[in-house]
Amino acid sequence: MRLDPRLPIPRNESLLLGAIGFFAFLGLWSGIAASGFVPRSFLPAPWEVADRFTHLLTNTFAGFTLPQHLASSFGRYAMGFGLAAVIGIPLGLMMGWFRWLDDMVTPVFDALRFIAPIAWVPFAALWFGTGIGGPIMIIFSGAFPPCVINAYRGARYVERHLIEAAEMLGTRSFRMITEVLLPASIPSIVAGLRVAAGLGWQSLVGAELIVASSGVGYMMVQGQSAVSTTTVVAGMVAIGIIGVLIDVALRAFERGVRRARGLD
Amino acid sequence: MSGIRFDAVRRIYGHEGRGIVTLDGVDLAIADREFVAIVGPSGCGKTTCLRMVAGFDRPTSGSVKVDDVVVGGPSPERAVVFQQFALFPWKNVFDNIAFGLRNKGVAEAERRERIAHYIKLMGLAGYETAFPHQLSGGMQQRVAIARAYALDPVVLLMDEPFGALDAQTRVVMQEELVRLSRVNPRTVLFITHGVEEAIYLADRVAIMTRRPGRIKEIVNVKPIRTSENWDQHAKIEDVMDLPSFVHLRTHIWKSLREEKGVEGA
Ligand SMILES: Nc1ncnc2c1ncn2[C@@H]1O[C@H](COP(=O)(O)OP(=O)(O)OP(=O)(O)O)[C@@H](O)[C@H]1O
Ligand SMILES: [Mg+2]
Repeated sequence: MRLDPRLPIPRNESLLLGAIGFFAFLGLWSGIAASGFVPRSFLPAPWEVADRFTHLLTNTFAGFTLPQHLASSFGRYAMGFGLAAVIGIPLGLMMGWFRWLDDMVTPVFDALRFIAPIAWVPFAALWFGTGIGGPIMIIFSGAFPPCVINAYRGARYVERHLIEAAEMLGTRSFRMITEVLLPASIPSIVAGLRVAAGLGWQSLVGAELIVASSGVGYMMVQGQSAVSTTTVVAGMVAIGIIGVLIDVALRAFERGVRRARGLD
Repeated sequence: MSGIRFDAVRRIYGHEGRGIVTLDGVDLAIADREFVAIVGPSGCGKTTCLRMVAGFDRPTSGSVKVDDVVVGGPSPERAVVFQQFALFPWKNVFDNIAFGLRNKGVAEAERRERIAHYIKLMGLAGYETAFPHQLSGGMQQRVAIARAYALDPVVLLMDEPFGALDAQTRVVMQEELVRLSRVNPRTVLFITHGVEEAIYLADRVAIMTRRPGRIKEIVNVKPIRTSENWDQHAKIEDVMDLPSFVHLRTHIWKSLREEKGVEGA
């Protein structure tokens, strides 16, 4: 018996616990679906979803196969997320260094960041259209705040003696940001990228439910109109899988960064 | 010339009225190319003094001048060796030393030459591409010293630079510093808790009172060192056995002891 609930759990045991949780979830779902209490059109059974999923891998629905929908979603995602990182990280670092910029940007930023990405849909469609621009803007609005915030925090919490050492070495603002604040903030920035990646992926699918003519979200909307609940759930499964893969990749990146820095 | 002058320096931390008076009228003049060590009880304001010369802090009243100019902010003219090393963990040994030279705009060829010189001098050859976390504390401190020396500063500020080292490494570093400062003398302000270290290295030793700190007494070591030719001894322990050294040490210890006694600690 495990006596202390806070005791660390060995890796293989924790994998086992994860597997138990996963199969318990599948079992519960199957049980409810098979019991007949809930109509199948309300809640498709796992095996029906699996069937539909494999079918969609090679057959088109709403114009494309599932991998094609995913590719189109991922393309938009990569651009929106990339844009958020490329603009957000330098902005956050500069806010961490220049007080006047911090004072100027922070109030506006704090007000805007509480607006859910989905709330931008009308303007995204109006300004950038429903093709690629609109969804990119929505992903951007989801991924941008964590990029800015974590770069800013990283820059603000750099150890004081490192900044003083750099000042004593005659470092001016540009190099202070690129060669001191940026590398010192990498762990915080990477943590922010992980959060941004998750929020970006979530807002992408939200956006596609409304504006887009391809992508997983679009496929799910079309599934809904065709009263094909299995298509909708297959889309959810695909979203979950890609989300997990993105997080695994970024976690590996984070570990690599920490190891290179001698933090682990 | 690059002397340092403290004139009636007061430093109060916290708010007007109910602040903590840390320094209360520090007067000290360090001549060009003079090596002055400050000793004093913990918390008496030694680091505060050094930070004001570095330009990281300012006096509440009074003035700190270098070269007869009031210190306005940090500058590579006044290099600092921090007690916590303060090396950039993401830069290797070479790049840590190179950073200040690049900021100064020293041309690549000269930069390489200068860095190679100090790497050799500090016994760091072969470790150019090592990162700070791969080095021992003593080696990190040598990188920090090389980084400061490579700037070719007019003033060198060292805050307990050997405090974190083991006894053996410390002795080696002290002997190296003596060698360096006799070959290439600079204006040095050196803070330490080690009375022996202060006498061995410095031209003059300034003793501070407990907080609020003032300079209580200045012990002039240089005349004795020169007349007895201490520098003929390569090893610190040979100097430490000389009667004149022992005499100075006892004197400074007594003076410090009085400060501790009053504190009641
Ligand atoms: N930024 C600050 N804010 C408030 N008080 C401070 C600050 N810096 C230093 N002090 C106070 O000033 C006093 C002197 O500090 P300082 O670091 O100069 O002492 P020190 O002589 O270097 O001590 P030590 O030998 O322990 O290093 C201390 O009592 C400290 O608490
Ligand atoms: Mg101190």
